[in-house]
Amino acid sequence: MSFVWLWTDILVWTLVLVLIGAVRSIRRSEQIRKQWFNILKSPVAMSAAIVLSFYLLFALLDSVHFQYTQPTSDSSTEQRSLAVHEQGVLSLLDILVPHLRTQTERTYSAPFATHEYSTSLSYDESGVVSQVYRPLQFGGQHWTGKHSILDDVMVKTAIPFLFTCIIIAIIFAIHLGWGFLKTRGNYIDYYENQPDPKDELPWGAAYFTLFVLIFLFSWFFYLSHYYHVLGTDKVGQDVLYQAIKSIRTGVLIGLLTTLVMLPLALILGISAGYFKGWVDDVIQYLYTTLNSIPGVLLIAAAVLMMQVMIANNSDWFGSTEERADLRLLFLIFILGLTSWTGLCRLLRAETLKISQVEYVTAAKAFGLSPFRIIQKHITPNLMHLVLIALVLDFSGLVLAEAVLSYVGVGVDPTTASWGNMINQARLEMAREPMVWWSLFSAFAFMFTLVLAANLFSDRVQTVLDPRRKH
Amino acid sequence: MATPFYSLFTYRIFDKFLMILFLSYVTNSTASNWNTPYSEEQVRSATLFSAFSQSPKHLDPVVSYNSNEWAVLSQVYEPPLQYHYLKRPYTLEPLTLQKMPDIRYLDKNHHPVSSNSSNIAFTEYLFTLKEGIQFHLHPAFAKDSKGAFLYHQLDEQAVHSIKSVMDFTHQTSRELLAEDYVYALKRMALRQNHSPILDSMMQYIVGFKAFSDLVTEQYKTALQAEDKRVQTLYFDLNQFEISGVQVVDKYRYKITIKEKYPQFLYWLTMNFFAPIPWEAEAFYKQAVLVEKNITLDTTPIGTGPYQLVENNPNKRMRLLANANYRVELYPSDGLAEGADPALLLDAGKPLPFVKEVIYSLEKESVPLWNKFLQGYYDASGVSSDSFDQAVSVSSSGAMNLTDEFKEKGIQFLNMTQPTIIYFGFNMADPVVGGYTEKQKKLRQALSIAINFEEYISIFLNGRGELAQGPIPPGIFGYTEGEPGINRVIFDWKAGRIQRKPLAKAKQLLAEAGYPNGIGEDGKPLTLHYDTAATGPDSQSMLNWYRKQFAQLGVELVIRSTDYNRFQDKVRKAKVQMFSWGWNADYPDPENFLFLLNGANATIHTNGSGINSANYDNPEFNRLFQQMKTMENTPERFEIIQQMLKIAQEDAPWAWGYYPKSLSLYHSWLHNVWPNPLANNTIKYRRIDVNERLEKQAEWNQPVMWPFVVVILLIIGSIYPLMRAYRQRQTAVVISNKQDKV
Amino acid sequence: MFEYIVKRLLFAVPILIGVNVITFSLFFMVNTPDDMARAQLGAKQTTPEMIQSWKVENGYDKPLFFNGDASGLDKIQHTLFVQESLKLFAFDFGQSDSGRQISADIQERMGPSLAIALPTFIIGLVTNIALALLIVLFRGSRLDTITMMVAVAIMSVSGLFYIIAGQVLFSKTWHWVPISGYAEGWEGIKFLILPVLIGVFAGIGAGMRWYRSIFLEEMSKDYVRTAKAKGLTDIKVLFGHVLHNGMLPILTGVVVVIPTLFMGSLIMESFFGIPGLGSYTIDAINAQDFGIVKAMVFLGSVLYIIGLILTDISYTLFDPRVKLS
Repeated sequence: MSFVWLWTDILVWTLVLVLIGAVRSIRRSEQIRKQWFNILKSPVAMSAAIVLSFYLLFALLDSVHFQYTQPTSDSSTEQRSLAVHEQGVLSLLDILVPHLRTQTERTYSAPFATHEYSTSLSYDESGVVSQVYRPLQFGGQHWTGKHSILDDVMVKTAIPFLFTCIIIAIIFAIHLGWGFLKTRGNYIDYYENQPDPKDELPWGAAYFTLFVLIFLFSWFFYLSHYYHVLGTDKVGQDVLYQAIKSIRTGVLIGLLTTLVMLPLALILGISAGYFKGWVDDVIQYLYTTLNSIPGVLLIAAAVLMMQVMIANNSDWFGSTEERADLRLLFLIFILGLTSWTGLCRLLRAETLKISQVEYVTAAKAFGLSPFRIIQKHITPNLMHLVLIALVLDFSGLVLAEAVLSYVGVGVDPTTASWGNMINQARLEMAREPMVWWSLFSAFAFMFTLVLAANLFSDRVQTVLDPRRKH
Repeated sequence: MATPFYSLFTYRIFDKFLMILFLSYVTNSTASNWNTPYSEEQVRSATLFSAFSQSPKHLDPVVSYNSNEWAVLSQVYEPPLQYHYLKRPYTLEPLTLQKMPDIRYLDKNHHPVSSNSSNIAFTEYLFTLKEGIQFHLHPAFAKDSKGAFLYHQLDEQAVHSIKSVMDFTHQTSRELLAEDYVYALKRMALRQNHSPILDSMMQYIVGFKAFSDLVTEQYKTALQAEDKRVQTLYFDLNQFEISGVQVVDKYRYKITIKEKYPQFLYWLTMNFFAPIPWEAEAFYKQAVLVEKNITLDTTPIGTGPYQLVENNPNKRMRLLANANYRVELYPSDGLAEGADPALLLDAGKPLPFVKEVIYSLEKESVPLWNKFLQGYYDASGVSSDSFDQAVSVSSSGAMNLTDEFKEKGIQFLNMTQPTIIYFGFNMADPVVGGYTEKQKKLRQALSIAINFEEYISIFLNGRGELAQGPIPPGIFGYTEGEPGINRVIFDWKAGRIQRKPLAKAKQLLAEAGYPNGIGEDGKPLTLHYDTAATGPDSQSMLNWYRKQFAQLGVELVIRSTDYNRFQDKVRKAKVQMFSWGWNADYPDPENFLFLLNGANATIHTNGSGINSANYDNPEFNRLFQQMKTMENTPERFEIIQQMLKIAQEDAPWAWGYYPKSLSLYHSWLHNVWPNPLANNTIKYRRIDVNERLEKQAEWNQPVMWPFVVVILLIIGSIYPLMRAYRQRQTAVVISNKQDKV
Repeated sequence: MFEYIVKRLLFAVPILIGVNVITFSLFFMVNTPDDMARAQLGAKQTTPEMIQSWKVENGYDKPLFFNGDASGLDKIQHTLFVQESLKLFAFDFGQSDSGRQISADIQERMGPSLAIALPTFIIGLVTNIALALLIVLFRGSRLDTITMMVAVAIMSVSGLFYIIAGQVLFSKTWHWVPISGYAEGWEGIKFLILPVLIGVFAGIGAGMRWYRSIFLEEMSKDYVRTAKAKGLTDIKVLFGHVLHNGMLPILTGVVVVIPTLFMGSLIMESFFGIPGLGSYTIDAINAQDFGIVKAMVFLGSVLYIIGLILTDISYTLFDPRVKLS
C-alpha cells in the first residue's frame, strides 16, 4: 500500500493549512477574536459550526488516499485477479468502514431489511416455482426472528448511547481541566472576574449538538455492522456508504471553489477600485461580459470542453479515480471562474470608498507604494466582505452541484455525490412500491450541511456586515 | 377596532377566490380525470397515444434515416413495397404496386438473359402502380379556375396568418403517378439534399452518378447566381433524366441497376423511395414559408393512411387519418408460428382503424412510465429500472408479467431483434489483431473468457440472446440449436449450450504466448478497451469487463470518451477493442456479413467503411462476393455456413448478443405484433375506447383529503393569528404609554 | 435620458462581442465542424463528400478567427466569427444546424417559457410580500423567529427535491394534475399548476427574508415612529407607509430579473416537459447544435444588459434624487 495524492486532496489540505494559519492570526488580533466570539455567541451559530466541522472532518478523512501495491509479475494469476478486483484507490474513510464498502447485496433492500425489496422467482429442489423475497446476504443476518427488528434495534442502541455518554464526559472533563489549568495561576482572579453570563459562549448548545452528532455517528457505525441502515441501491451497494462518500464531493465543491475564486476577485476587485482609469474599465468590462453569459451555458460548455480534453488524453490518467478527480477539480475551477464576479464588484465598490478615506489619502501623499497601501490599509478592511461572501457562497455551491449533475455537466458519474444520488433516485420514485431511501438519505445529508451553512452564514452576516441590522 | 375586520375581510376574499378556482377546476374536469394530459374529446375518440423521446430532426423522406423519424414518416409516405405485417421470415409484398415488380436480367448489350446466366450486366425492375391512389389534401396541389397553382407564388401578405399548411383555405389532391416515384430518386441524387444513401445507390443504379454530378453542379451554379439557399431555391429536376430510371407511362416506371443485386428490393420498402410530387417542392421552397419552418422537412406530403396535421417537435405531433386513403385491407393470412390467433380477428377489414395518433414529447423515462401505468399511453417499452416491476424472469430465461401487471390487464410481447451488439477486436492492431495461429488463439481465449451469458443476465435483465455469429435469428443463414453454435467458444452438453471452461481459455492463452497472462517480455499483458459509455450504470459494466479479463490474468485498461470521439477513433482504427452494434437495414444475411467483408474495412476505405474490426480474410471475402447476389437457396445457406465457420475460427469479434425488445401494452390496444422491419404498422392497430375510458377512470381517482387538510389548516390558523396580533397591539400601546409616562 | 440609453446601448456592443468571442472559442474547442456535420447527418453511411458539402452550406468551412488564405481585410472578414457575429447583431439568428429557422423556434417557445415564468414570478412576488408583511406584524416574537428558521430550512433544500416530491405526491399518488406536458390556452392550466406551485414554494424562503428585511429597515425609520406615536396601528402604518416606501428597493431588485424571465427555467422545463426556451437551450447543448447555442447565449446576454439598463432607469423614475449620467 502506498499513498496517493489526488489533485483535490492536495488542494484541500493546502486549504486546511491556510485555515490553520488564519486561526493563528485570529488569535493574535484582539478585534477579530472578538468578532469570532460574537459570531459563536449565538447558540444556533455554535451548533452550526460544530455540524460544519463534523462534515469537514469526514471530507478530510476521505481525502487521504492509498493504493494497493501493484502485483509483481511472478505472482500467480489468482493473486493478480484478486488485485485487479481490489484495485483502485481507497481512502482513510474506506478503510475505517470496510464493511460498508464490501458488503453489497444483489439489489434493492429497504433500511433494516432482512430480505430483498421485491420478489423474485425461485425454484425449489422439486422444481416448483414460487415468488419469494430472497434473504439478504449480509443485512440483518444475525437476526433470529425471536424479537422484532425494532426490539433488536432498540437493544443495540444502548451501546452507542453509552459510548456517546462516555465520550462526552471525557470531552467535558478535558474542557473543565483546561479551563482550570488556564486559571490556576490566579485562582481568585478567576472567581472575582467571573465573566458576565452574556459573554459566555453557549456551551450548552455546543454539548447538545456534539452529543447528537456523536450519538448519530456511533449509532450508524455500530448498527451498520448488522443492518443496511439506509438500505441498498439498485446494484446492492449500501446507501449509507454512498451518502457518506458524497460528503467529500459536496464540501470540496463548496470550499475549493472559493479558494479558486478568491484570488481572482481580490486582485481584480482591488485593482479596479484602487487604480481606477483604464484598469477599472477593463476589469468592469471583463466581469460584465462574463456575467451576461447565462451561467449554466458557460459551465456546460466548459465542462464539455474538459471532457473532450480528458478523452483525447486518456493516457494521462492511471486510474478511473484520477480521471474522476480531475473532472471534479475542473468543475471546481469552472465554478470558481464563473462566480468571482459578484465578490469582485463588491470589493471594487468598497475599495473605491476606502481609498477616499483620509488615512489612505494621507498615505498616498507620503508616497507609500500602492502595494503597501493595498496591503496595509485596504485589504484588512475588506476581509469582512470576503468572509461574508465565502460563507454565503458555500451553500449555494453545494446546491449547484446537484443541479449540474442533473443537467449532465456535474461531477463524474462514478464520483459519489448527492447530485448523482438524486438523479438515480428519480427513477426509483417511479417504482411501485417506491424506493425512497436513496432520495431520503441524499436529502438528509445534504439538507443538514446546507442548513448548517446557511444558519452560520446568517450569523456571520449579522455580526460582520455593518449595514445589516436585522 | 376596525382593523381586524379589515384583515378578516381580506382573508375571506382570499378563501373565496381559492374556492372559486378550485371549483372551476373540478367542474371543468368532472367528465375526465384531473390528471389526464389530453382533452376530453381526444380520449373519447379512437386516438392512439404514443410518445417520442427525441425531437425528429428531419421528416424529409430522402434525408431521414432514423427509427424515431420513421415511426412518423412511414405512416404518411408509401414506398412501392412493404413487409408483410405478420409473416415470418420477413416477406416483401406490394404496397402501392399492383404486383411485385417484374424483373428482367440483361447482358451488356441490354439483351434479356436468364436469371442464372453468367453474363448478367444489368437488372431491370418494372413497377406497375395501383390506379386511383390519391395524395392527401394539400395546398400545393390547389389550382385556380384557370389551372394555375394558387399557392406557388406566395408573398408575406398571403402567409400572414398561416402557421401550418392546414391553415390554407384551398386544399386539393392529385392522383399518384409513376413520375412521382422517379422524382423522389432525382431528389435523392441532388447532393445538396444530403441523402444518406446517395453514395451507396450510386454504385447500383445505372446513370445515377452521372445524373447526380450534373444536377449538383447545375444547382450549385443556380444557387450562386440567384444568391439563395438550398431551402429557398426551387430547381426543376424534371428537365434532366437519369438513364437508369425511366417513366414508362402514367402508372409504370423502370429502374435499371448494374449487375445483379437481389437485396435492391428491400431498399424499396424504405422511405427514400417514397413518391414526392414536384408540386410539393415548388410549394415548400418559397422563402416566406421557410421562415415559418414550413418545409418538406417538417411537413410531409404523401399517400399513406395518415397525414401529419401538427408538427411541433418540441411538444407533440399529431397524425390524422387520411380521408383520401384508398381501400387497403387487414391481412388475412401469414400468421407466424406461435402468434396469437386473435391477430387475425380483423382480417379483411379496411385500414386504418385508429383515427388519430398523438405523439407527445417525453424526454424523461419517469413521466413516460408513470403515464403508461396511469393508462395515458397505450403502449410502452420497459427500461431496465422498471424491469423487475413489470417482468419476472425464470431461471430458464422465460419472461412473465408480474402479478401487479397481470391484474391491470397489461399484455406483453418480446422478440429477438435483427440486431447484433458485438465486442470487436481491431484486426489491424499488432497485439489483438493478425491472422497467425498465436494471434487467433489469443482472441479465442478472450472470447471464451468474456462471459456474455452473465452480461445478459446482469445488465440486460435477460433481454438478449447469445450471438453465435454475425447473423441474428429471423435472418436467412441463422441456425437454431446445436448445429448453429459457435464451436470455438461453446460446447453442446446435456441438451443445452455451454461456454467452454476457463481452463480451456487459459490453455489457449498459454499457446498464444501469454501463459498466465504474462508475455514473453515477462510483463503482464495489458489490453485497451474503448467505449463511449459514461453513465452511472456503465461503471459497473466496465468493472465487469475488467473482471472478465482478470480471470485470465490480463489487465484491461478502459478508455471511455464521448460518442463523437469514440466514433472518430474507431474510424481511424486507433482502438484495440471496442463494442458496437448493427441494426438490420433489411433481412438479408448480406446486410450482416458485409460488416466483416475486407473491402469495407475502415482502414481500406478512409474511415467510411463499416467493417470496424478491419477483418480481412481473402477466403471470407471471396465467399462473400459469391453469396452476395444469390437468392436464398440451400446453396447460399451452405456458403454462409462456411463463412461463419471461418469467422468463428478467426474470432475478429467476441460476438456479443442479439438484443431482445420488450413491449408492454394495455388490454384495450389490439393487433399488436412486433415487426422490427416494418414501420408503417399503426394502420393495423385497433383501440377499444370504452375499455380505456373505464380503466383510466378507475386508476386515476383523485385523493382529496390532503387538500381538505391544507384548507382547514389555513382557515384554522386565522383566528389564533388575529388574536395574537390584537394582544400584541394592546401590549405595544400599553408599553408605549408607559414609555411616555 | 434618451442620450443615456443610447450610450448604454453602445457600451453593450463590446460586451456582446466579448460574449461571442467566449462562445465561439469554447464551442469550437469542443467540436470540430466535422463532428457537427456527422451529428447532423447521422452515423450510418456518412461519406466525406457529404460532410464537406454540409460544411460549405452551413458556412462552417471558413476558419474561426483568422483566414490565412484571404488577403487584406478579408483575412478577418472572411471568418466564421465575423460573419456569424454580424448576423447576430442584426438579430438574424439564421438556421439551426439541423436546418430549422431559429427565430421562428424562439418565437414559438417564448410562450410556454413565459407561461411558467411569469405566473411563478408574479405569484411568488405577491406571496413573498404578503408573508413578509404578516411576519413584520409579529416582529421580534417567537412566531417571527420560528418563521425565519423555517425560511432558512426552505432555502436549504435543493430545488430538485421539491420537484421530485411534488411530482410524486400531486401527480403519482394523489392524481391531481398531469405529471408533465403542456397545452396552449385554458387547457394548459392543469399542466402549469404544479410547476408554478413548486417554483413559488422554493422561492418563499429567500424572498420572505429579503422583503422582511426591507420592511424592517423602513419600520426603523423616523416617520414610522412619528406615525405610531400618533396612535396609528401597525397594520395602518404597514399598508399606509411602509409598503409604499419599501416599493423602491423591491422594484429595483425585481426589474433586473424581468428580462431574463424570457429565457425560461432550465430545470423546471425539462422536468415538466414544457417546450420553452430553457429546454431548447439544454437540448441544443446536448445535441451540440452551435446555431442555437450561439443564438441563445447572445439573446441571454442582450436580455441581461437590458435588465441592467432598466434597473438604472427605474432608479430615476422612483427616486427623484438619482440622476443618470
